[in-house]
Amino acid sequence: MERLNRSEIIFKLLSYVLIGVFAIMALYPVIYAFSASISGKIAYESGKVILLPKNVNFQVYNKIYNDKGFWISYINTLFYTTYGTAWSMFISITGAYALSKKRLIFRRRFNFWVVFTMWFNAGMIPMYLNYVNMGVANRWGIVFAFGVQAYNIILLRNYFEGVPKEIEEAARIDGANEFQMLRRIYIPMSRAALATVTLFYATSRWNGYFWSRMLLTDSMEKPLQVYMRMLVENYQKMFDDMPIDLPYASDAFIYAILVCSIIPVLIVYPYIQKYFAKGVNLGGVKG
Amino acid sequence: MSKMDLKQQNKLLKYGKIIITDWRLYVLLLPMVLWYALWIYKPMGGLLIAFKNFQPNMGILDSDFVGFSNFISLINGPYAQQFWQAFRNTFIISLYGLLFGFPIPIILALFFSEITNNTYRKIAQTFTFLPHFLSEVTITGLVLTLLYHGEVNTGIIAQFLHTIGFIPEGTNIIQNAQYFRPMYIITGIWKEAGYSSIVYFAAVMSISPVLYEALKVDGGNKFQEIRYVTFPGMAPTLVIMIILRIGRMLSVGYERIILLYNANTYETADVLSSFVYRIGLEGGNQSIGGAADMFNALIGFALVVGANYISRQISETSLW
Repeated sequence: MERLNRSEIIFKLLSYVLIGVFAIMALYPVIYAFSASISGKIAYESGKVILLPKNVNFQVYNKIYNDKGFWISYINTLFYTTYGTAWSMFISITGAYALSKKRLIFRRRFNFWVVFTMWFNAGMIPMYLNYVNMGVANRWGIVFAFGVQAYNIILLRNYFEGVPKEIEEAARIDGANEFQMLRRIYIPMSRAALATVTLFYATSRWNGYFWSRMLLTDSMEKPLQVYMRMLVENYQKMFDDMPIDLPYASDAFIYAILVCSIIPVLIVYPYIQKYFAKGVNLGGVKG
Repeated sequence: MSKMDLKQQNKLLKYGKIIITDWRLYVLLLPMVLWYALWIYKPMGGLLIAFKNFQPNMGILDSDFVGFSNFISLINGPYAQQFWQAFRNTFIISLYGLLFGFPIPIILALFFSEITNNTYRKIAQTFTFLPHFLSEVTITGLVLTLLYHGEVNTGIIAQFLHTIGFIPEGTNIIQNAQYFRPMYIITGIWKEAGYSSIVYFAAVMSISPVLYEALKVDGGNKFQEIRYVTFPGMAPTLVIMIILRIGRMLSVGYERIILLYNANTYETADVLSSFVYRIGLEGGNQSIGGAADMFNALIGFALVVGANYISRQISETSLW
């Protein structure tokens, strides 16, 4: 172990403490939401719940379990996330692969038109009118019209460019064509980058709110985020309608719904986290 | 046939031949090109709406051309008051965001790089990255419930702020314009600071340890180390990140604003994109919204080009 001088020791100590504090602050609202959702009404309303739950009961989750609107929107979100992510990945992988090839004609120009969209887009109104005009107001519309992000394409392209040329040449001599090369060599060799980009697309689909709200009119097609927001907006009304003798506070329902929306993220994210610190760094933004 | 045409024809023939022999590569390129054409580039033509008196039943192309009158009603007409308010708020919010939001991930990265216990660091990173992956609806839902300060229910954070004497009894933070900006900025830092620190963390880790040792041999302390080794080592990353940030100055995330603001807080909260949403989509005045959109896009674009130019002059680092 190397010897540290005094300023280094102080700084190190400070780092441990401050990072710990920040980590706790980042997690606190999530823990609090969970605690509040399972605490007893009286304990919660008298302000006794600060971090850990008091007078635990899970009845509010029973209410959610019986809430039809919740399940419809939850299943819709699963649909959008599964098909949407698959669609986004399909375009991004094929596009990034083509862009990674030096012999592609107009390569620089294609690259520029992709990167350009990171700073310039048509804006909310023309986008909206285009979506309406193209008939996006349904399930498959939402899947196909959204999902490709320039940043992710660049990230994959850079990763594909890093695959050793020797392997590609060997495969070509063995008679592999472009499709086989992508499937057999590039995709298996880019697992870290693919996992990262999949996570990005899946979270943005899972979290998607604004356009679903603007475009979808059928309540059977609305995703969880739209449903959740509706509940938050009708908070006061819901509060007034709530029977008084419930074992949980009216806020508990909102908190429980928020917790339900976070759980899938909490389950998937630790598995992929090890990839994305690596994956993100590879995504330099140079066009 | 003139010589020019012949030359062009030959060129086309050459491209055609390349594409035919290598057709698989172009098949792979096609979905992306089509997607961008239909969903990103096609609507750009719709910016024409800013110069039209848009009638929904006629479409953008057939609506009447009105020149700059939409821009005039924005700048100096019936919408001027709201427009300039949104314009001012956009700058103030982004400036505060830059001032408070930009340094924090850098500081976090410095601290993270000090932590030699891998388990501790990984757990801390898992926690601090997490908010980035939560949706805006979830986050604003949390913010609203944690800050709600009504008659019966008191959000826990509002209660805490009252206990430490930060806000008077019974203040409803959400309905009060003076609290909107701090609320917005702090929420943003809470959501993104941990995650943004990855990039800087990577930059610190890639600095050669030899440089640190050399400084140590010369008897430098920790602060000299940061000043003379760490910062110069991070400089290119810092420059790139600041250009990106300036380029997005005007596109303050509309989702969180729209989800957090209300009629009582427009005064400090309404930004250009929420103005476009309210006037153009909710209010159905698409042409005015389109004009504001265009205004927004052009200034944003000028900001990136400008920031990139300046940075190329002074530091030889640039995006293109």
